[in-house]
Amino acid sequence: MSARIALAVAGRVLLQLRRDPRTVAMMLVVPCVLITLLWWMYRHTSVFDAVGPALLAVFPFVVMFLVTSVTTLRERSSGTLERLLAMPMGKLDLLLGYALAFGLVAAVQAVVAVGLSVGVLGLDIQGPVWLLAVVAVVDAVLGTALGLFVSAFANTEFQAVQFMPALVIPQLLLCGLFVPRDLLPDALHALSAVLPLSWAVDAMQTLTRTSATADVWRDLVIVTAYAVGVLALGAATLRRRTP
Amino acid sequence: MVNNVVTVRGLTVVRGGRTVLGGLDLALGSGVTGLLGPSGCGKSTLLRALVGVQQVRAGEVTVLGQPAGSPPLRSRVGYVTQSASVYDDLSVVENLRFFARVLGVGRDRVAHVLAAVDLVDHADRVVGRLSGGQRSRASLAVALLGEPELLVLDEPTVGLDPVLREDLWAMFHRLADTPSERGTGTAVLVSSHVMDEAERCDRLLLMRDGRIIADGSPAEIKGHAAARTVEGAFLALVKEAAA
Repeated sequence: MSARIALAVAGRVLLQLRRDPRTVAMMLVVPCVLITLLWWMYRHTSVFDAVGPALLAVFPFVVMFLVTSVTTLRERSSGTLERLLAMPMGKLDLLLGYALAFGLVAAVQAVVAVGLSVGVLGLDIQGPVWLLAVVAVVDAVLGTALGLFVSAFANTEFQAVQFMPALVIPQLLLCGLFVPRDLLPDALHALSAVLPLSWAVDAMQTLTRTSATADVWRDLVIVTAYAVGVLALGAATLRRRTP
Repeated sequence: MVNNVVTVRGLTVVRGGRTVLGGLDLALGSGVTGLLGPSGCGKSTLLRALVGVQQVRAGEVTVLGQPAGSPPLRSRVGYVTQSASVYDDLSVVENLRFFARVLGVGRDRVAHVLAAVDLVDHADRVVGRLSGGQRSRASLAVALLGEPELLVLDEPTVGLDPVLREDLWAMFHRLADTPSERGTGTAVLVSSHVMDEAERCDRLLLMRDGRIIADGSPAEIKGHAAARTVEGAFLALVKEAAA
């Protein structure tokens, strides 16, 4: 493993993003617009206080999943991945580079979304706000890991995007955003417990409810474990030798 | 030749149920070697096996005394794929700086290879907006960064104008003839499906249907087949094999 190479990859990914201001704007602005829309829809009820925190977990995950799956697919199909793997580059260096770059973008996204929700739209947070941002970043790294993994199973960007309804929307439905997880039928409750997004949403909801952070740290550990596990699976799909 | 740069014994590659290379043997020395044959004859597969990115069914490939693709070789072998493997959304110099960091070579190499492929005037242009020939030269520049001992080039001259092709061949010979700090020139292996490029090589390998059908200097091959051109020799050899 080489920090120099991982940092080189992270720097290059960020430079590519800078060349694409439209994507950056979409990553930062769209979550804010959607959060504001929800706040507006439910302005006479307390619904926003219930779903707001969940959204803060959902957006980094979904956005990073999409961006990473398309970026790495491009890396695979353009031949640059083959070239990098023929160079003295460890697979871990590449994965860490990606996780680092998108983790950083996620941090910016989290600061903007949390700032808007808490500062402007009056979302009530009992726990520490910085921890909310930490959950968002870990959650984004999870999205990055999953995106890296699925890019191995897609041949085109169109196929990569199709993985979103398959892998992301079920997590969205069961994570507690629509129905509190405790009210789900037993089988679905059990299923939701093995989906990582549920734990990220759980962490966010705990942070709005109470200032005790023990449960949040437990959730964070679970989400981190998923992210590391999926990154390892992603590493297994990076083959130096291909047919 | 005592010290072969590349030794291949019994190389067998099967892709999609089709045997592309069936027990190929080969020895390669210094200088500029041309690998010539029609499209689809297995040239790219052979080159990929030398670089260590091809899944191999059987056989032994030794490069610079090490098994092909082994970690110590990754900084000693330069490889240019048929399509340019560079990042389209970065400028030429940004691409080179990134790969230089991955390889751990200094920034002076970036300026050096830019001059070597004649892209100094286009250094700050985004690769995606360059012409096909300029893009493939940018890709070639990346392979030159690490001062490789073996340079493997898959059809580097396709689609280039004659003047540029001339320049590239002159550069290949310069690389082969100029001893680096190691005291030896770079061994250059160039594939092409254009037979008239054969005359520019020190040594030729003619390939057809996954087999090497002739091996020698252009003069030797023409003399052996009693032909005036390498293309004539190729035809004579194919007829001879069919008879």
